Parts: sequence; structure tokens; C-alpha cells
Amino acid sequence: MSVDLHTREIKPLRNTFAHTAHYVGNDKPASRYQEATLGTQPTANFHYRPTWDPEHEIFDASRSAIKLADWNALRDPRQYYYATWTMARARQQDAIEASYEFVDSRKLVSKMNDAVRAKVCQVLMPLRHVAWGGNMNNSSIGAYGYGTPFTAPAMFHAMDQLGAAQFITRLGLALDEPGVLQAGKNDWLNAACWQPLRHYVEDTLVLKDPIELFIAQNFALDGQLYPLMFGSFVDDHIVPQGGTAVAMLTAFMPEWHSESARWIDAVLKVAAAESTDNKQLIAGWVQAWADRAQTALAPLAELALGAEGAQALLEARAGLDLRGKKAGIAA
Amino acid sequence: MSNVFIAFQDNEDARPIIDAILADNTEAEATYPTGLVKIIAPGKLVIKRESIEELIGRSFNLQQIHVNLVTLSGHIDEDDDQFSLSWTH
Repeated sequence: MSVDLHTREIKPLRNTFAHTAHYVGNDKPASRYQEATLGTQPTANFHYRPTWDPEHEIFDASRSAIKLADWNALRDPRQYYYATWTMARARQQDAIEASYEFVDSRKLVSKMNDAVRAKVCQVLMPLRHVAWGGNMNNSSIGAYGYGTPFTAPAMFHAMDQLGAAQFITRLGLALDEPGVLQAGKNDWLNAACWQPLRHYVEDTLVLKDPIELFIAQNFALDGQLYPLMFGSFVDDHIVPQGGTAVAMLTAFMPEWHSESARWIDAVLKVAAAESTDNKQLIAGWVQAWADRAQTALAPLAELALGAEGAQALLEARAGLDLRGKKAGIAA
Repeated sequence: MSNVFIAFQDNEDARPIIDAILADNTEAEATYPTGLVKIIAPGKLVIKRESIEELIGRSFNLQQIHVNLVTLSGHIDEDDDQFSLSWTH
């Protein structure tokens, strides 16, 4: 007896879920990002309004002054859903672990001179608290924003902020005794140069409009803070003085910043392009918060870079304005 | 002119690679034998890193195509930015 094996091709009738096909069509299989994200925002049958905010439904687009016909338009160009995001971050974590091993095994920290090490701790340690503010704010955007394509990456971004805070903590512990963390907190709470930034962060913690908060935290503040601190300060100022170890151990921050900037710019670009009302609102928020962030960062630029600080901050602001221009918002 | 072809597993990871190939090679045609996607092109076929990165929104190492690559025919010319198949030497 012989057995004949032959393959038979079975064409699926539907290539994706109906709610995904609504956005991308049924012609070809949808990507996991599209299936996990598009049209998954709960929109109806909410039963009771929340007792803590009876003006709004539990998920309510009107929490933002920005009006969009469809909030699914605010897509993430990185196409992160849970799996791709965790895989990308796991790779970066591995890279940082390898850097720690390298720095430890060659005792690179002890080869830095004490003044440079103290400077790094003085400037970077209070940034843990800024990143924690970023974590709170992005959690808030995730909770009160509307549309999964916008809120899911905001929640990822919140966890990334926590990761950045942890990397700064770990850097402090690698450079010095645990006391530097406490010293950083003291500076954050008491040193005069940190107070404008602390004021900024604490004001953003109570912002209600998710898109305004998104601009104040992710665009206006981080868009200047990261180029200033991890570009001008660490890469251009500390590294030439023998602080290569610091750049290695903070490598995640500039990498993450330039990656997430693509998402942030894409969100603003799409939201601003939808109507002139949106564009005006966004441009107004960008202008106001970017100016305030620049003012708040001025004493820190001086703390970090001395006389060159003012110029570095101007460059960071110019970089932010360029991003705004490319995104089609007059900033 | 002889055809070159390349075949990938028909899965999520291969999709942006296939989309990039079809966008960059206007004469290429995809067929779908069971479990595979086979792309046939007259004479020459090129895979560009930049096009894949554009589609996935992340950086992409061209060597990653080998995870889902099943078979191909043609002479290979590859570097960090592109992978091409043709019959020219």
C-alpha cells in the first residue's frame, strides 16, 4: 500500500479582524501592531460615569481640547506593541549590562578623577526625580488620553522613563557611595538652581489635558533636557575629561530619546495637520512650555557646563524648534 | 533574461521585508505557495535596508532576513545597506 502525501492550500476568507480591516482593508494580513492597536479603544456602553470625574465618561476624548475625527490616526511610527517594545528594550538592557561589565572589569570608574566624578553626580543624580515625573505624566497620558494608538506607547514611554531613572540611580551607585542619591534628592528639594525645573515638573503633574501634558513633558522638557544633559554635558564635556565610563553607562538615554522623538513628532504632526484649531492650540502649548522649560534649564546648563552652558541650551532649543518645524507646528 | 527569485516564510517577521521588496522592484511578483512567499523578478532583485526600516520604523540589520529566508536563486551581492540578486558577475 502506498500513501500519497500532497499539500493543499487553504486560503483564509478573512485576513484580519473586522475592526482592524476597517482601517487597513482585508486585502492582505494585518500586522500584529495594527491588530493590537487599531480600533481597540472601548467607546460605548460605559454604564456609570466615574464618581471622581462626573463631567466625563471613563474613556472620553473630550478630556483634551484637541479635536480629532478619529483618534486612531495618532499612530506610532515605531509600531510598538507589547512584544516588539519589550524585545527592543531587552536588547538595550543587555547592551547596558555588557557596558557595566566592561566598566567594572577594567575599573574605569576609579580611573576618572574625583572632580569629574563629583560633577557628574551633582548634575545627573537629581534627574532621577525628573524622570520619575516623566513616568507619572506619561502614566497620566495613558490613563486619560484617548485611542489605543496614542495611549499604549504613552504607557510604554512611562515605563521607559522609569528605566531611565533606574539607570541614573545605578550610575550613582557605580560612581560613588549610596549617599550621592540622597545628596541628589537634597539638591532637588533645596538647591536654588534646581527649583525652576522642580516647579516645572510639579506643575506638569497636575495638567489635565493629555495632549498638553504630552507636549509639556515629552516634547518641550525632554526635547531640551536630553540633548543638553546627555549630549552637551556627558558626551561633549565629561567624555573629553576622561569620563567615557559615564557615557557608556548612560548610553540608553540618548538612544531612547532619539528613537522616541520620532513617535512624539509623529503624534504632533498628525494632530496639528487635522485642523487649524488643533494647530493653533498645539503651537501655543509648544511655545509656552518650551519657553518655560528653557528658562527652567538655564541655571542647570550653567551648573553643568559653566560659561558654555548658555550656548548649549540655545542649541538644544534650536534643535527642538527644528523638530517643531518639521512636524508642521509653528514653534 | 532569466528570472531570479527569493522565498521567505509567510509570517509576521517577513512581511515588511516582502513589502519593501515589492515596493523597490516594480517588476517583481509575489506568489504564495503554501507557507511561503516567493518573489520572482526578471534579471535583478534588490532588498534595501532603508526601505525595510521605513516600514517597521526601527533600525534593521539586513542579516536578519536570513531568519525567515527559505531559498533563492541568482548571484548574491550584499553589504550593510542592500542585498541584491542578479545573473551578472
